[in-house]
Amino acid sequence: MPRVRAKPLPWRVAHLADAREETATARTLVLQVDGWPGHLPGQHVDVRLTAEDGYSTQRSYSIASAADGETIELTVQLLPDGEVSSFLVQDYKIGDPIELRGPVGGWFVWNPDDTQRVLLIGGGSGVVPLMSMVRARRYAGSDAPFRLLYSARTPADVLYRDELSREDDITLIYTRAAPTGFVRPPARLTRLDLPLMVRPQPRIYVCGPTGFVEAVSGLLIDLGYDAMNIRTERFGPSGV
Amino acid sequence: MAIVTPGFRGRRREMSDRLPPGQYLVDDFPVLSAGPTPRVTTNDWSFTITAETGEKHEWSWSGMRALPAETPVVDLHCVTKWSKFNTRWEGVSLDTLLADVETTADYALVHSYGGYTTNLPLEDLQDGKAWIAFRYDGDDLEPEHGGPARLLVPHLYLWKSAKWVRGMQLLHTEELGFWETLGYHEYGDPWREQRYSGD
Repeated sequence: MPRVRAKPLPWRVAHLADAREETATARTLVLQVDGWPGHLPGQHVDVRLTAEDGYSTQRSYSIASAADGETIELTVQLLPDGEVSSFLVQDYKIGDPIELRGPVGGWFVWNPDDTQRVLLIGGGSGVVPLMSMVRARRYAGSDAPFRLLYSARTPADVLYRDELSREDDITLIYTRAAPTGFVRPPARLTRLDLPLMVRPQPRIYVCGPTGFVEAVSGLLIDLGYDAMNIRTERFGPSGV
Repeated sequence: MAIVTPGFRGRRREMSDRLPPGQYLVDDFPVLSAGPTPRVTTNDWSFTITAETGEKHEWSWSGMRALPAETPVVDLHCVTKWSKFNTRWEGVSLDTLLADVETTADYALVHSYGGYTTNLPLEDLQDGKAWIAFRYDGDDLEPEHGGPARLLVPHLYLWKSAKWVRGMQLLHTEELGFWETLGYHEYGDPWREQRYSGD
């Protein structure tokens, strides 16, 4: 069967139009991308940085924003010894170019036309692609019921705090230190933090470090959620 | 012509000839999967090769472990950009499993517990290039890395090395797998940087 050959995804030039410090170690890059074709929330991009001597390296980052013309936002978390994240968080200047290509990924995505109930569960910077979904839902005026469970280490680590405080159905969980007066003691997410299974089952998106995703998806299966409805995105070291 | 980003110098310069284009070296072993880790025990596990004629060859866990195993030491390259050198595995060569399978098929569609699939030309599974691996770095393969057993095809991007593998169909015409229908390259050669469809 002859297959129509897809056109390669081109590298595009992006310029840093604006930047926001989200926490002490995370920065949102607002990028103006020439010819950006749009994206679905949950998709990511490949970023390529090239030094003056020709050395170049690539990384993948989730898109944080909803589709909005030729502008996309990436939230980059500074990693210990991160060659690329240290540059993008600390040194990348307004107006300067990078190269990127995308959007990439067709599985961990939410389509703004979907009406099915959605449960989003994010650990740490795993909230970034989920934020893209929350924003896309708002921009689309979608009535799909959304619920976000967001696990952060401490209050100072929470991304998008002000924006999230204006959304309904957001639950924050702290693993190391909680704000004063917060009822739930700091601890890792347990099955008590998860909503009881109801039918029809929601579509569930889980994103975070491998250990978080493994633990949460295991708890969901124990609660009776169907593996078919659970989409995951893992990042970071596995602990091996 | 690459665009230079002012101020970017980069720190890691592993421009080793073992590192494919666009990849960087890691020491840990990151995990990437599309869904929850399937719960498969060695009691439930089996591996089935279905030839294009419909003829089936099936191995139970004990049947697989009774076959002669090899201990490949290989470099891994994930499409998400990380590479890891000198990973040590133990598994049965696909040559051993295909030895008694009569086929003139050119393609394989690999199936996993949990529903994952991936496609490869059959010749990429032959001549010492692929294994059903059940031990990693001296230990039984962890479930998150594909245990009880995964396919290991290290010369292609790692999504081809299907975790929780349970069988493969041999086909005369190519059928695309899970990531391949979602925009990833149908072949996935890291040395030609075939990450996405059309690369």
